[in-house]
Amino acid sequence: MNNAQTIIDALCEQALHPALAVAKSCRDAGKDAVGCFPIYTPEELVYAAGFLPVGMWGGSTEIKLADRYLQGFCCSIMRSNIEYGMRGTYNRLRAVLLPTLCDTLKCICENWKVAVSQLPVIPVVYPQNRSLPAGEQYLKDEFSRVRLELEKLAGHPITDEVLEKAFALYEDWRSAMREFCEAASTHPKTINAKVRHLVIKAGWFLDKAVHLEKIRALTAALKELPEEPCAVRVVATGLMAEPVGVLNLMVENGMAIVADDLAQESRQFRTPARPEGDALSRMAWRVMDQRGCPFLYEVEKTRGQMLIDLVRQYKADAVVTMLMKFCDPDEFDYPIYKAELEEAKIPHLYLEVEQQMDSFGQAGTRIQSFAEMIG
Amino acid sequence: MENTLTSKQLLAKLQSEHYAGAMQAKKEGKLVAWATSICPQELLETLDIDVVYPENHAAAIGARKDAPQFIANAEAKGYSTDICSYARVNMGYADIQFSEAENIPMPDLIFCCSNICNTVIKWYENLAKTLHIPLVMFDMPFNHTFDVPEHSIRYMRGQIEYAIQQLVDITGKKFDYDKFSEVMKVSSESALWWRRATDLGRNHPSPLNGFDMFNYMAMIVCARGKESTRDLFKLWHDEMAEKVRLGKGPWKEGEEKYRIMWDGIACWPHLSVTYKTLKKYGINMVTSTYPESWTIVYEQNDLDGMARAYSANYANRNLDYGTGNVIKLVRDFDLDGIVYHSNRSCKLMDFRQYEVQRRIEGATGVPSVVFDGDQTDPRIFSQAQYETRIQALVEMMEENKIKKQRGDL
Ligand code: SF4
Ligand code: SF4
Repeated sequence: MNNAQTIIDALCEQALHPALAVAKSCRDAGKDAVGCFPIYTPEELVYAAGFLPVGMWGGSTEIKLADRYLQGFCCSIMRSNIEYGMRGTYNRLRAVLLPTLCDTLKCICENWKVAVSQLPVIPVVYPQNRSLPAGEQYLKDEFSRVRLELEKLAGHPITDEVLEKAFALYEDWRSAMREFCEAASTHPKTINAKVRHLVIKAGWFLDKAVHLEKIRALTAALKELPEEPCAVRVVATGLMAEPVGVLNLMVENGMAIVADDLAQESRQFRTPARPEGDALSRMAWRVMDQRGCPFLYEVEKTRGQMLIDLVRQYKADAVVTMLMKFCDPDEFDYPIYKAELEEAKIPHLYLEVEQQMDSFGQAGTRIQSFAEMIG
Repeated sequence: MENTLTSKQLLAKLQSEHYAGAMQAKKEGKLVAWATSICPQELLETLDIDVVYPENHAAAIGARKDAPQFIANAEAKGYSTDICSYARVNMGYADIQFSEAENIPMPDLIFCCSNICNTVIKWYENLAKTLHIPLVMFDMPFNHTFDVPEHSIRYMRGQIEYAIQQLVDITGKKFDYDKFSEVMKVSSESALWWRRATDLGRNHPSPLNGFDMFNYMAMIVCARGKESTRDLFKLWHDEMAEKVRLGKGPWKEGEEKYRIMWDGIACWPHLSVTYKTLKKYGINMVTSTYPESWTIVYEQNDLDGMARAYSANYANRNLDYGTGNVIKLVRDFDLDGIVYHSNRSCKLMDFRQYEVQRRIEGATGVPSVVFDGDQTDPRIFSQAQYETRIQALVEMMEENKIKKQRGDL
């Protein structure tokens, strides 16, 4: 127990203080950091170029400067990113990678060039027709282009050997993360909704090699512990499980997240790479093989069925949607999977979240009554 | 008989034929497609698939004030008020399937091109899923560079070939490359006549009234590949050229005092009040970004060129291109001001608007205002705000005029 708790405390601390965590990671590794916008950034390339990839998932802050570029109906995560960028919060980064996966991100890409001109942006354009051979080739070409940009930034080439190594490390990390989520699902008290989120989130600010080591140790420690009961087991879906205030409410109401379909969490690591091929192809295939993601075109729209499967596999009681307000790709998926959940008679709680949320009264009432209904 | 019609009458005729024709085609068991506005319709036209455009249909429903029931239907299913109202109207229509305003047949397949936004990808994905019909997806990667990159063109080319195969499988027909070539030619000609006609707005006074342009736009959206469309734009062009010769302005009564560009889609449910407010002050909208958006011109049989032309749409390109384009409009059309429609529906347009506005103002000194609205959801627009903003614009434009007369500008 103690061992697990020590690791948990350290990771939570790092997740709650990204700036400190990133500074320390850079110092320890002797690396400069490169920012990675959501949602699928080719981190392996950044890592192979000798940089520390750092997640840029916004934060709770007052929006002032960003109003020069964005109307109030832009998602709060991007308003925060522009705000931080303009304020200089990200100045220790060498550059940022930005995938243009939604209309907002395309605009952020363009605005960034002027609003945060001190920090070069390397856009990454993902093909939406990703199952076609032409889509696969395009994706590989994009990755090659990004690789070149990163080589320029680093001042040296990224050798295939280094890239293979970086990819292997990421595969190890992804597999460790999947294993951690398994172990966490049977220990919903130790790894409550908030802890689960923070432990995973810390990975965005640490060297993956370091995070990997911690996660392995934590998983091993968890496996030593007896399984824990829990009042309400849920599967979370959406962009991210924030603000943390919402997770506090879940914990207070005995609600644990036993599996997730969150962009910031499992969607990063749930799809393993195909075994064959070189690193670049395997990176491309991971994107092509990803299912049930609102940001990647999928005509079958398997998200609903995937959520139903997760509920069954993890013996969950319900699905909780954490919908980032103004995130239209996610908003489009909602009516579709909502109907599928209803048909499967799976209870479902819809929470609209914003990073700049300062009152949780309404969310609190809804979580409480939902927990009571299920529990 | 036909050539005695004015272009306005011809427009009305073609428009009603377009909708009625699609309904009739459906009745006869022909395949009907729903497609996004700036998609490579050449492929569909070649295979003789009847195409209707949900965006255009939603606009028609919006203009005839019938949008609320469809929006309410979509929202009741869980669609957020934040998403594009064209999508909400269409999702509602896909369920209710009848509007007093205008009707379209239900689709047998859908055809989606992401050069206007990523929103349509989600929208069409949902249509395919709920209606259980095939979807032909055309992805045109966002050009964060000024030009369309080569690897993008290769990707799009691959998709054209794949789409042809998909369509052949769906229709069971052979793809007739000769016909394709002819359709490509006519589509480019329609685009050229559209451009020539809208370019007449450069004259002083402009024979073109931009709100008319919004109406004519329906045909460049809905039937680019048809000869009748090309002929319509040619007729419209000739009529306006004649007005230019006679020195006639946009209106029967009242002179054109100020020349502006309107940025963004119209506020369809409030079309009349937005128009009349401008007219009251003698403001004529002489252009917008739309003439350019539909100038989809490429060499016949050049598939790469076709891909490039579709991908190079204003909305799919970087800010340098976007601002350069508007600066050119300011100069070519001798604009006095710009009205920016901060359209709640369209994030891709909105979230670049402030920066575009600053750059245009910096480069040209032309004043501008932003107002809040929505293309089909009537709840966002406020008449009072619009009035105030337009008044402010008039004051700024007037000041500029005085300065110009004094030689200060
Ligand atoms: S709209 Fe959604 S996907 Fe796009 S930047 Fe905002 S939160 Fe991310
Ligand atoms: S209005 Fe904007 S978001 Fe809606 S379909 Fe058109 S381009 Fe896309």
